[in-house]
Amino acid sequence: MTGPSPARKRSVVVTPCGDGGPVLVRGADVVQDAAGTSHVVTRPVVAVCTCEKSQRLPWCDGTHKAVQRGRRRRDDTA
Amino acid sequence: MHLPRPRGPLSAAVVGVMSGRAVLDEAALAAEIEALPETVDVLVDDDFHLALWTLYELHYRPFDDASQDWEWEPGLIGVRRALEERLLAEVRFATSEWVHASMAARGDVAERLFALTEMVPGTALTSYLHREATLGQLLEYLQHKSIYHLKESDPQSFVLPRLQGPMKVALAELQYDEYGSGRPQQLHQTLFAAGLEACGLSSEYGAYLDLVPGPTLAVTNVMNLFALRRTLAAAAMGHLGAFEATSSEPCRRVAQGCRRLGLPDTVASYFDEHIEADAVHEQLAFRDICGGMAAEDPQVLGDLFLGAAAYLYSESLAGTALLDAWRDGRSSLLPDQESGNQSDLAAAVAS
Repeated sequence: MTGPSPARKRSVVVTPCGDGGPVLVRGADVVQDAAGTSHVVTRPVVAVCTCEKSQRLPWCDGTHKAVQRGRRRRDDTA
Repeated sequence: MHLPRPRGPLSAAVVGVMSGRAVLDEAALAAEIEALPETVDVLVDDDFHLALWTLYELHYRPFDDASQDWEWEPGLIGVRRALEERLLAEVRFATSEWVHASMAARGDVAERLFALTEMVPGTALTSYLHREATLGQLLEYLQHKSIYHLKESDPQSFVLPRLQGPMKVALAELQYDEYGSGRPQQLHQTLFAAGLEACGLSSEYGAYLDLVPGPTLAVTNVMNLFALRRTLAAAAMGHLGAFEATSSEPCRRVAQGCRRLGLPDTVASYFDEHIEADAVHEQLAFRDICGGMAAEDPQVLGDLFLGAAAYLYSESLAGTALLDAWRDGRSSLLPDQESGNQSDLAAAVAS
């Protein structure tokens, strides 16, 4: 007879979203930022900022798109 | 919810039939819709959109004063179809420039969809709410939003069985988050209702239906046009993606506007939640759902772009109507013929 199988942990999957965009993280319980602070994950998939301009770090808040817009404008006028 | 107050011949006919006061003459009504005079702007007309909104609502929640069996009544479906054909033709025409430009662009489908969201001119509505709006104007904005946000994400649930494999999984993942990720108190519809109540507004479903003008109703009508028709599932998902991709930054501005005006934190929190949630959802919608659909069947590309452009354009028309009214010193809502006026409400919240 075997006992109950150990709780199976969902593996953590990290998916990048292109240049400047966030990485999507699935299956994580906690995301630790560069300063070592732990942020609890409360949704099934989270977008972690990689452009470092988000006002809600470590989470993406879409600011990378404003950064890209600014860069395009500079490129256009250069 | 009660049947709305009619605003013209089309909504009077639909409401009359649903309330049991009139007999449906489907052929006559369909002919009237086909022959609408050119003065009727099908993209925003009050009467047109109230009629269509009321017909769509049969698929969501009951009217207290109408039989629920109207939902699948063939005559009313026929009337809805006549309204939809007019609306779909206008939406295709109005968005063709952006759809063609996106079709001609090269590269990754998701990147082309993100580029499309930058192509369609938006309004300065949320910047205005952030920095300039009065308390009364912000409360008006919430009343406009109540038309969709009290059934937030429900239209897209109709699309789930129409997607297969990884796209179905991605939409389910997105919807699970919209529906609270297993926590009823986090259901986005409930968060919005709590925000309305915290400001002294009604969270009753449909409470402000009689006050919102055609352009606001048109935003949800365009959404339902795509979400309820299986052959337009790709347009529904392009629409969803454009909604999510133009949400995080505006929600941040609205949350700041709520805090500037001293509204209860419950309201700002609703918009805060959407800054983070929609930064995830835009990626799921454009990459996993739309990108996946296009990879599976390149024929759907045009509909993905149509849906995205249609959302952006309808939202822009609705936002322009609010800003125009406020610039002219008017309320953006229709006159309330039954109870107290809006400025009383603003005064009550401020006190």
